[in-house]
Amino acid sequence: MSSTAIEIQSKRGVWGGGNEPLKASYGKLMMWFFLLSDIFTFTAFLITYGAIRVSYPAYGGEAADFVSSNEYWPIPEMIFDAVPLVHGGHFPLVFVGLMTFILILSSVTMVLAVEAGHRNDKKDVVKWMLWTLLGGITFLSCQAWEWTHFIHGTDEGAMLTYVNSLGNVVSETVYGANLIVNEYGPAPFAQLFFFITGFHGFHVTIGVFLLFLAFYQAAVGVYENRGHYEMIEKIGLYWHFVDLVWVFVFTFFYLI
Amino acid sequence: MAQENKNGLEVIPRDSAKIKKIWMTALILLVVTAVEFLLAFTMERGMFLYIIFIVLTIVKAKYIMMEFMHLGDEVKPLFYSIIVPLIFLIWLIIALFKEGSDIFLMRW
Repeated sequence: MSSTAIEIQSKRGVWGGGNEPLKASYGKLMMWFFLLSDIFTFTAFLITYGAIRVSYPAYGGEAADFVSSNEYWPIPEMIFDAVPLVHGGHFPLVFVGLMTFILILSSVTMVLAVEAGHRNDKKDVVKWMLWTLLGGITFLSCQAWEWTHFIHGTDEGAMLTYVNSLGNVVSETVYGANLIVNEYGPAPFAQLFFFITGFHGFHVTIGVFLLFLAFYQAAVGVYENRGHYEMIEKIGLYWHFVDLVWVFVFTFFYLI
Repeated sequence: MAQENKNGLEVIPRDSAKIKKIWMTALILLVVTAVEFLLAFTMERGMFLYIIFIVLTIVKAKYIMMEFMHLGDEVKPLFYSIIVPLIFLIWLIIALFKEGSDIFLMRW
C-alpha cells in the first residue's frame, strides 16, 4: 500500500494513474496471474487425462471382480488400495484420502498464519508456519511412498501382451509401472499418473522451500523489521493453490 | 491487550470470530471430502455419481478460493480478471472430449 496520499483528480478516472485500481500490491497481483496461468497448465493435464481415458474402453464388469489389463481403463479405487506397513492389503483410496486430509489441514494452518500476519503477531505466524511446513513435508513423504509402491507394483503383477521398447511384441508378467508398460492398465494410465501427480508434487516441493523461507524469515524478524507480513500472504496464495489443484486431482484421478 | 514490539509494530489481539470462521471452513472441506469418499463406495459408478463428484469438487474449490485465498474480498476487476479467463476451459473440455471419443471410435 502506498504511504503517500495522492489527490485523485476526478477527470483522470480510476485507470488514469496515481492510484491503485486493483487495490493489491504488485507482488500479490503477479502471484494471482501466475496462479491463473498455472490453473491452465493443470486443467490442460486433467482434461488430457479425460480425453485419453474416453479414447479407451471402460472396464465393463462388476467393480469387485476387477482384473487389471492393458485392454481397458482401470477402476482407480481398485488400483490405489495400498497403505504403508500392511503388505498386500486392500484398503481402497484410504491412503490418498489421508493425503487429502493432510494437505487441507496444512492449508488451514497456512490461512491461520496469514491471519496472524495481518495482526503483526510474530509468535503466531512462526507457530502456524511451522505446522504448515510439517504438513507439506508429510504430504511429500506420503507421495514418495505412493510412487514407490506404484512403480514396484503388487506381488501378483499382471499377465500382459504389449510392444516393448525394442518394438517386439512380448507376453509376460509385468510388475509395477514405467513409461512403457504397467500392470494396472494401458500405458497412458501410468504416464498420466507420473505426469499429473509428479507435476503437482513438484509444485508442493517448491511450496515447501518457500514455506521454509517464510518460516525462517518470520522467525528471525525480517518481516517485523519490514513492517508488514505480506510475504506470508503471497506464499499463502501459492500454498492454497497447491491444495486447490490436489482437490481436483483427487476427484478426477482417484474418485472418477 | 494490544502490545508493541521493539519496532513499534502494533500486535493486534486475536479475533476469535475470524479464527472460528477459518476452522468452520476447514470442517466443511473435510466433511465434503469424507462424503465424496463414502459415495465412492456406496453408489453405483456412472455418470450420475461423476456429476455429484464434480459438483462437490467445485464447492470445495469455491471455499478454498473465496475463504482461504480471499478472492471474494478483492475488488471486482481483480476478481473477474481471474475468473473470466477460465471460460476458455469450457472450450478445451468440449474439444478434447470430442477428440477422445472420436479416437475411441476409430481405434475400437
